[in-house]
Amino acid sequence: MNAPVYTNLVLRHSYFEATARSRVAAVLDAGSFREFLPPEVAQPSPHLAILDIPGAFDDGVIIGSAALGGKPVLVIAQEGQFMGGAVGEIHGAKIVGLLRRAALEKPAAVLFMVDSGGVRLHEANAGLIAISEIMRAVLDTRAAGVPVLALVGGSCGAFGGMGIVSRLCSAIIMSEEGRLALSGPEVIETVAGVEEFDSKDRALVWRVTGGKHRYLTGDCAELVEDDAAGFRQGAIDLLAGWNEPVPSSAGLRAEQERLSRRRQRFAGMRDGLEVWAALGVPDPRQVSLIDRDSLVALKKGLPA
Amino acid sequence: MENLEFRFAAQPVKPAAGAALCGVVGSGNLEILIRPGDEADACTVVVKTSARGFGKIWEAVIAEFASRHPVGGTRIAINDMGATPAVVTLRLGQALGDYTGGAQ
Repeated sequence: MNAPVYTNLVLRHSYFEATARSRVAAVLDAGSFREFLPPEVAQPSPHLAILDIPGAFDDGVIIGSAALGGKPVLVIAQEGQFMGGAVGEIHGAKIVGLLRRAALEKPAAVLFMVDSGGVRLHEANAGLIAISEIMRAVLDTRAAGVPVLALVGGSCGAFGGMGIVSRLCSAIIMSEEGRLALSGPEVIETVAGVEEFDSKDRALVWRVTGGKHRYLTGDCAELVEDDAAGFRQGAIDLLAGWNEPVPSSAGLRAEQERLSRRRQRFAGMRDGLEVWAALGVPDPRQVSLIDRDSLVALKKGLPA
Repeated sequence: MENLEFRFAAQPVKPAAGAALCGVVGSGNLEILIRPGDEADACTVVVKTSARGFGKIWEAVIAEFASRHPVGGTRIAINDMGATPAVVTLRLGQALGDYTGGAQ
């Protein structure tokens, strides 16, 4: 008996399912990654050891230099499977150090593979300070003329302080599976009750935080398939035509103004479906069902 | 958390590069870091595990692995978040494969 021949199947490497190390290997030019502070010289978190919790050698984040389509880039990749990608003291210091290096070395870009629920609460103030230092470092790096691209498509999404950090980046690339918000669904439910937000309603969670919603509202610059090659091509395409002006306070004020108007426009809406209808999507229920290419085409046809 | 230390006699192994890391410290998973050690015919293992009271099982799993594979001349460090013995054996094999350049 002959083995069946599959010709139409394309081997895909899910970005959502992958570890941080395999994302780094698949998104960047093959063999180009050089890790800074690799596991054999790094120290696990001392805070977690005090709390009797095993740490990770890289403290849940990988930093280094690499090439993307032949251009030199610096890379940050958070590991969502270790403590939800949460930012502790060492984890944060590695990210800040890499961003400061980028401001000095001026690579073509920093790729920030975000996969995090935010601050590592076990490390309390050290984690909170780390997040604020990352925010400042992202803006300093952009001010030095280096674009910082956030890639959001991991199982932990980008929440809490890392949601803010992602929006401070020059641009965000998301997959449908990615999620981006400030307070996570379970936090909202715990604080405000299940009547306010049902975190078990996965479809609702994605309609409010997911990649398609963020793409329609303009919070992410590009929507890509859940595939390492998709994120790779998305980053290459964004950088090819890159001409972001260096961030200015006038620019930030204009953005603040735009967001205030948006907040008034969508006030009182409780579901992505309502927001999409207000944006002019003819049949909002179709948004969750159509594929990535159809959604990109749909967005192009929306009123400005 | 429990800290465990073991030492096994084993056939020497040749590393392809300096060190190899395999796995993630996630639920039911572990990370294994293999580095060159001091004694060519012995392997030392340090385990930090979230699950207390499984020292004898760790010893049996790693001893069995060390008897089947040349792991002499290595230092193995493990951070564990409740991996089962089968997962531990699988990751040890993957880590050793990476350490020797995919020869396993």
